[in-house]
Amino acid sequence: MSGEFAIEAHGLSKHFGDLKAVSHLDLKVPRGQIYGFLGPNGSGKSTTIRMLCGLLTPTEGSATVLGTEVPGKAHDLKPKIGYMTQKFSLFGDMTVLENLQFIAEIYSFPTADRAARIDELLEKYDLVGQRRQLAGTMSGGQKQRLALACAVLHRPELLLLDEPTSAVDPQSRRDFWANLFRLAESGTTIMVSTHYMDEAERCHRLAILDRGVKVADGTPQQLQATTGMHIVEVLAEDPYRAQEALDRAEHVASVTQLGIRLRVLIPEQLQDPAALVRDHLESSGVVAEVRLTTASLEDVFVAVTMPATEEAP
Amino acid sequence: MKSLHRLLAITKKEVRQLRRDRLTFGMIVGIPVIQLLLFGYAINTDVRNLSTAIADQADTHLSRQFVSELRETQVVNIIRRVDTPDALVELLRRGEISVAVVIPPDFERRVIDPDRAAVHLLVDGSDPTISGVARQLQAMPIAFDTSVRPGRRDNIEVRAYYNPERRTPVNVIPGLMGIILTLTMMLFTAVAIVRERERGNLELLINTPVSPAELMVGKVIPYIVIGMIQLALILLVGDLLFDVPMRGSLADLYLAAAAFIAANLSLGLFISTAARTQFQAMQMTFFVLLPSILLSGFVFPFDGMPPFARYLGEILPTTHFIRLTRGIMLRDATLLELYPELIALGAFTAVALTAAALRFTKRLD
Repeated sequence: MSGEFAIEAHGLSKHFGDLKAVSHLDLKVPRGQIYGFLGPNGSGKSTTIRMLCGLLTPTEGSATVLGTEVPGKAHDLKPKIGYMTQKFSLFGDMTVLENLQFIAEIYSFPTADRAARIDELLEKYDLVGQRRQLAGTMSGGQKQRLALACAVLHRPELLLLDEPTSAVDPQSRRDFWANLFRLAESGTTIMVSTHYMDEAERCHRLAILDRGVKVADGTPQQLQATTGMHIVEVLAEDPYRAQEALDRAEHVASVTQLGIRLRVLIPEQLQDPAALVRDHLESSGVVAEVRLTTASLEDVFVAVTMPATEEAP
Repeated sequence: MKSLHRLLAITKKEVRQLRRDRLTFGMIVGIPVIQLLLFGYAINTDVRNLSTAIADQADTHLSRQFVSELRETQVVNIIRRVDTPDALVELLRRGEISVAVVIPPDFERRVIDPDRAAVHLLVDGSDPTISGVARQLQAMPIAFDTSVRPGRRDNIEVRAYYNPERRTPVNVIPGLMGIILTLTMMLFTAVAIVRERERGNLELLINTPVSPAELMVGKVIPYIVIGMIQLALILLVGDLLFDVPMRGSLADLYLAAAAFIAANLSLGLFISTAARTQFQAMQMTFFVLLPSILLSGFVFPFDGMPPFARYLGEILPTTHFIRLTRGIMLRDATLLELYPELIALGAFTAVALTAAALRFTKRLD
């Protein structure tokens, strides 16, 4: 029954009063992959993850996680999943070792292998020196490594990580992702939410959420190939004036400034987008270099979360 | 088996955290001892030394003798002497005195006149206890009056059982035991769980195989032990400093306390499912604590309360526990004789625990 998908969700919705935190979400997460959830704060990432592990009851829809239906039989699911909360949720007034021991006891990890497993995790997650330190006194990166170590201690089939890197420095983020790849290679399915583009790009597959709605999903390459937009890069001496000129221009879907460069999104159906942009800039008297380029994930994100050419009500 | 291990893991963790939480650890010992010292000495229904002023307008040998006898009762403490009744009223109004004594100029004639009162006592009646005490002074004989009237003999003789010296601590400390345990047990459990919710620990815990029952029972076990330690402390201090008797069986008392602690912990658990923050948990605890002090028979005799207040009091576990402690410690009653109180505590525990278990889900919504 467990099939090739670790998670399958159909029409999953969650409303908090009038707020539709998640609307009609369909998901298929293949086993052994890192599946990313990309979206701004408040887009429903945490709510979805909480529904998938049975913490929240969906208003509508259903999900099957590792062959178990949630929220119905969430209790059977608990031993098979690891969950890392957005906020550090281990015990700050206990040491690293005590926290790991506690988690091992809670998951009924075989007593005989317990000490070896904990040593292995301390080693792997670079916490050997902190083993007697109170968890509350550690740095953000150390706390995050401890949280991951605790989440994987019982060797779960599925890891649910809710913005795991929001409180750590770039180096820690890189190390953290190296750890995730290692886990995925050993067969663990990982679902991770983030609002960092570079992290999203590392996922095998990802879904982009915007105000509770899934606006795109696929591999990063697929998403980049199907933005429905031409990407025009503009290198201007005065990017501010260039942006001003393009913001007002017809057919320009969006303009984003990246340092001295502008990334301009032009709908795909238009011919020769570079010439179009060049014309707009010239008519405003802005000197700039213009060239066509390929979409980055950020362009995809901008394109799909753009308030679509809204019809007047 | 796994379930038991998980439960013990929670208990172990709780003890570990408690050991590091010096303030809470201090409160376990500090609250009972300090409150016992404070209230053991402070609460005294045996009122003495009421601040008193006298206007002796007679100023005769007899009136002076009366005043000195009044002073010997120790009920009043004469702090002022004034000339007129008006000055006395002024002192009463300013709150400087609680009792004012007016000895009129015709005191000696009034003493032998059976139709007229010889002395006027003005009392600050806003405190019923004070007016009650002042009323005792009415029965005081006045010196040569005794030869005029036939010697009075009491029709009713009162014998105070269990506390013949009428010492207040004997009554207060068994009651205080109930109040202290109510406060600490309820507060500790409620806060212990709400704190985990506030810190986010609960979101992690409910995503593990731990069941709500394992979590609740595991968290509560250390506090049962703490409650028993507090009980021992109160008994010790009560015996050493206040000479409170322990006439019944100690085992009975501990059994009664176990039932009472269970009731309070259940209530604490229920509060923890309703409160979102530690502050809310604290407010809810005090919402229960205040009636537990006032309506349980701790401060006022239970039988003297209006029916409505008595019904309310019957709901509170403290009421039943105070009956148990006073019964066992002072009257050498056995648990068997006091079984209705035990049943009440058991019923309360069952209801509160069920309500808490129903409310506590492994969900966030």
